[in-house]
Amino acid sequence: MTQPARQREQQPTRLHLRLRGAVQGVGMRPFVHGLAARFSLSGFVRNDSEGVLIEVEGFTQDFVAALHAELPPLARLDSCECEEIFPRGDTGFVIETTRQGRAQTRIPADAATCEKCLDDLFDPSSRFHLYPFVNCTHCGPRYTLTRALPYDRAQTAMARFPMCEDCANDYADPTNRRFHAEPIACEKCGPRLSHQPQDIVAALRAGKIVALKGIGGFHLLCDARNADTVLELRRRKDREAKPFALMLANAASVALFGRPTPAELALLRAPAHPIVLIDSSRNLPDTVAPDMTRLGVMLAYAPVHHLLFRAAGAQRNAPCAFAVVATSANPGGEPLITDNDEAQRKLEKIADLIVTHDRDIVVRADDSVMHIVDGAPAFLRRARGFVPEPIDLGEDGPSVLACGGHLKATLTLTRGREAFVCQHIGDLSDAETFRFYEESATHLLRLLDIAPEAVACDLHPDYLSTRFAEDFGAPVLRFQHHAAHIAAIGAEHGETQILGAALDGTGLGADGAVWGGEVLRLDGHGGFTREGSLSALPLWGGDRAAREPFRMGVAAFAALGRLDEASAFFSAVPQAAQAAKMLGAKHPQTSSLGRLFDAAAALLGYPERQEFEGQAAMRLEALAREPRVLAGGFVWRDGKLDFTPLLAHFIDARPDARAGAELLHGTVIAGFSEALCALTQSGEKIALGGGCMMNRILSEGLAARLREENRAPLLARKLPPNDGGLSLGQAALARAVLMKV
Amino acid sequence: LSHGAGGRAMAQLIGEIFAENFANDLLAQGNDQAVFSVPPGRLAMTTDGYVVSPLFFPGGNIGSLAVHGTVNDLAMAGARPLHLSASFILEEGFPLADLARIAESMGAAAREAGVKIVTGDTKVVERGKADGVFISTAGIGVVPDGLDLSGDKARPGDVILVSGTIGDHGVAIMSSRENLQFETQILSDSAALNGLVADMVAACGESLRLLRDPTRGGLAATLNEIARQSNIGVRIEEDALPVKPEVAAACELLGLDPLNVANEGKLIAFVAPEAAEKLLRVMREHPLGKDAAIIGACVDDPHHFVQMRTSFGGGRIVDWLSGEQLPRIC
Ligand SMILES: [Fe+3]
Ligand SMILES: [Mg+2]
Ligand SMILES: [Zn+2]
Ligand SMILES: [Zn+2]
Repeated sequence: MTQPARQREQQPTRLHLRLRGAVQGVGMRPFVHGLAARFSLSGFVRNDSEGVLIEVEGFTQDFVAALHAELPPLARLDSCECEEIFPRGDTGFVIETTRQGRAQTRIPADAATCEKCLDDLFDPSSRFHLYPFVNCTHCGPRYTLTRALPYDRAQTAMARFPMCEDCANDYADPTNRRFHAEPIACEKCGPRLSHQPQDIVAALRAGKIVALKGIGGFHLLCDARNADTVLELRRRKDREAKPFALMLANAASVALFGRPTPAELALLRAPAHPIVLIDSSRNLPDTVAPDMTRLGVMLAYAPVHHLLFRAAGAQRNAPCAFAVVATSANPGGEPLITDNDEAQRKLEKIADLIVTHDRDIVVRADDSVMHIVDGAPAFLRRARGFVPEPIDLGEDGPSVLACGGHLKATLTLTRGREAFVCQHIGDLSDAETFRFYEESATHLLRLLDIAPEAVACDLHPDYLSTRFAEDFGAPVLRFQHHAAHIAAIGAEHGETQILGAALDGTGLGADGAVWGGEVLRLDGHGGFTREGSLSALPLWGGDRAAREPFRMGVAAFAALGRLDEASAFFSAVPQAAQAAKMLGAKHPQTSSLGRLFDAAAALLGYPERQEFEGQAAMRLEALAREPRVLAGGFVWRDGKLDFTPLLAHFIDARPDARAGAELLHGTVIAGFSEALCALTQSGEKIALGGGCMMNRILSEGLAARLREENRAPLLARKLPPNDGGLSLGQAALARAVLMKV
Repeated sequence: LSHGAGGRAMAQLIGEIFAENFANDLLAQGNDQAVFSVPPGRLAMTTDGYVVSPLFFPGGNIGSLAVHGTVNDLAMAGARPLHLSASFILEEGFPLADLARIAESMGAAAREAGVKIVTGDTKVVERGKADGVFISTAGIGVVPDGLDLSGDKARPGDVILVSGTIGDHGVAIMSSRENLQFETQILSDSAALNGLVADMVAACGESLRLLRDPTRGGLAATLNEIARQSNIGVRIEEDALPVKPEVAAACELLGLDPLNVANEGKLIAFVAPEAAEKLLRVMREHPLGKDAAIIGACVDDPHHFVQMRTSFGGGRIVDWLSGEQLPRIC
């Protein structure tokens, strides 16, 4: 320590520090209090409407560095302004109480139980020993508990649990980890679980399906090693093939079921504890994730999960073979269930045991789903643990509400330079989901306390989000679907004028056609030009084409002028013959890459009905090991990228599914990278967005290929590249339009 | 058919075709208007334009469709249809034989529905300015006193009935347009519903809230329209919807939802719950209502949602599509 020496050299100073970012509700004030004590500084710290304000006086030289270096785990500084002011000569350091007004502007995201709380949970001498709701300022539920701002206990689901004396003391003690931990509670004063952990585990071991109330909603759990039970869960949930996620006791257990990379392990252990896709060891029953080579895994993240695994014999930090399927309890595509009565009513026929507690879930949040793409984390679904963290747009702008798409809907509300994107809502095709969507809009508007100048939505007239925008009562700005996909990637990276590829399912084009494999250039003022696109295939049967690949398979024959061969090729699918007869007539055309994947899937042996859109493409991705380019497999000419030579190869050479999948990925990468390289102007960055960018092989291949050509690809990092990110793109475009004038 | 010079002889020929097929005393007078007296009650009046491709389709043609559509628009107010007018826009070169076929089926449809086509007009336009033939009609009818059916009359609790299988007309049109072959040919349901309506009104007039024919946009559009007009929500049951298997199969093939497909000989009725069973019985006794079914009910709903409980129990929102069925799956 060099401190005494410095003190001799230097005069006392007073610093005024303004901290912005995720700085409230994360243990910032006790942390600053502790630092001030360490350096013997006087002054104060307080929360206000802009974040945290600190004044410290004394020998402050090392304070700022220590502040930055030792931030509490959940804190994140967006900015720290520091200026020297005139010393006051005060003595002692105080945590000032929150001022009135628009204080506590931010609610932190939910965080998994921290190591220190786990120490308490399993420490027989702790007053939190085995208490299923232990938490502190470094962990626990927050966003999902909070009704309104300011973020303090009275505004959360904890309001109905008056603190006992011990909890009140911890809450009021600036030196305590639970100082102002709003959800603080203990056995004496807090919420209770309806069942004992050992009884829940006994049910799971007996092959029962258990509904368990967690942080953002109910899970359905079952023993992942019991193939019959997993199958029974699929039957009861009416979910044939969509992969289930796994919950494991701890990071040490992951290697028992998969081969995680260090980056994947780090992501699994991040405070949000998302579901992370890892390479599967395939030693669990096939029914967990049929046909998939990757497995969605998450670690126990709430105290109740830890208690379950403990009851199943898990030791802390030791591998544990007990693994449970943990899937959202959302019957029939409706939103995740959060309410106890609703759970009793709607899960009665699905779950054998329903485990509840008496702490309300105020805001619903599904588990977030992520994977490592091109060396860094990317979202497949963004919800628990990440909302309501804002995305920094880099500059101030008008406030807009963007309404998103129709599937995987989200909403974005901007305020100043921040964009608040709500959690994954789901598909706007049933009334319950639409209600959740409306609630989310109301919640965002109330929390941010701002009236948007405009609402933004898609061009598609029949998205319910478009109808919502039209009924909202503010000027409506409509944006092309794929322009919004590209703008979303741009917004994350602070770019507005950008070239981008939207590799997607279908969206309504500016010309009324059905687009989905587009290279667009955004002009930075909300407009764009279409620089290139896939050459179109007939889209036969509308939305059904996304579920029934044979339709696009027949379309491939039509595009090749070989329709007469289609019914023989698809002899196993009776409807294909009808399709072949009809496809002579005029049909809408689509330039969608998603539908091209469907065509390929049909030709490579998966023509039949799929349970969910994108399933055929996922199967191809799972099959492919190494992308390979078919020489002459595409033609890039006059702004059109034509893959019919590749499709002809599939028909004539009949490669097996794996070889075909590898050629598909490689050739699509080669085609789009050639198109993008040809179109880039000097120094221009390239945004890669759209639902097909959920495909890791495609994302990584395209990014790598572009870098080889000295181009600068940008991938979705803060939101999923699919329609879950659409609202951010719409918001960015709407701001650009409003800021133009 | 030619236009301009020689048009006069042609006009005469056309006049004869109509006179022969529509044969009635008022038209025979040859005036530029029809003059008649009407029975007591309030008058109902409607007008409509018919453009359909193809002009001839399984189960009907543009002529019978024009009569049925106009009669049904009157009947949905509970009116007894009396007289129609018909105005034809013909494209130069349109075969006279086709016009005769159309006029013949119009005449037959009118006689069957008990109405007269009492006045009309014909224009011939240059090639390319029309698509064969367009027909526009008007109709008047009389609504019995005490009957007041209207789209804003539905209330929560009311029961919704449909008079028969849905989607037949639209699928028949599309199948013939796309050259789709099925083992059983799908016929348009085009029919005049005034007879069925008369029976329904006679039996349950005081309990009926409203009637409507789910034509363009299908059942989905019509239910959404009524939900807005009446400030209610609608819940229907997928399993209760009558759909012919061949229509369901064709819809599946074409990627359509029978709920969005047009009907030309079906009606939906909103009725007070206590009269629903009786109304169903009455409807089933009529040949045009033999497949009638109770499909749902009205509820309180500020969103005016039309929701369908599917076989899996989910509450799917039944959309009101703005036009063609654009794909929404991304
Ligand atoms: Fe999209
Ligand atoms: Mg009309
Ligand atoms: Zn903690
Ligand atoms: Zn307590």
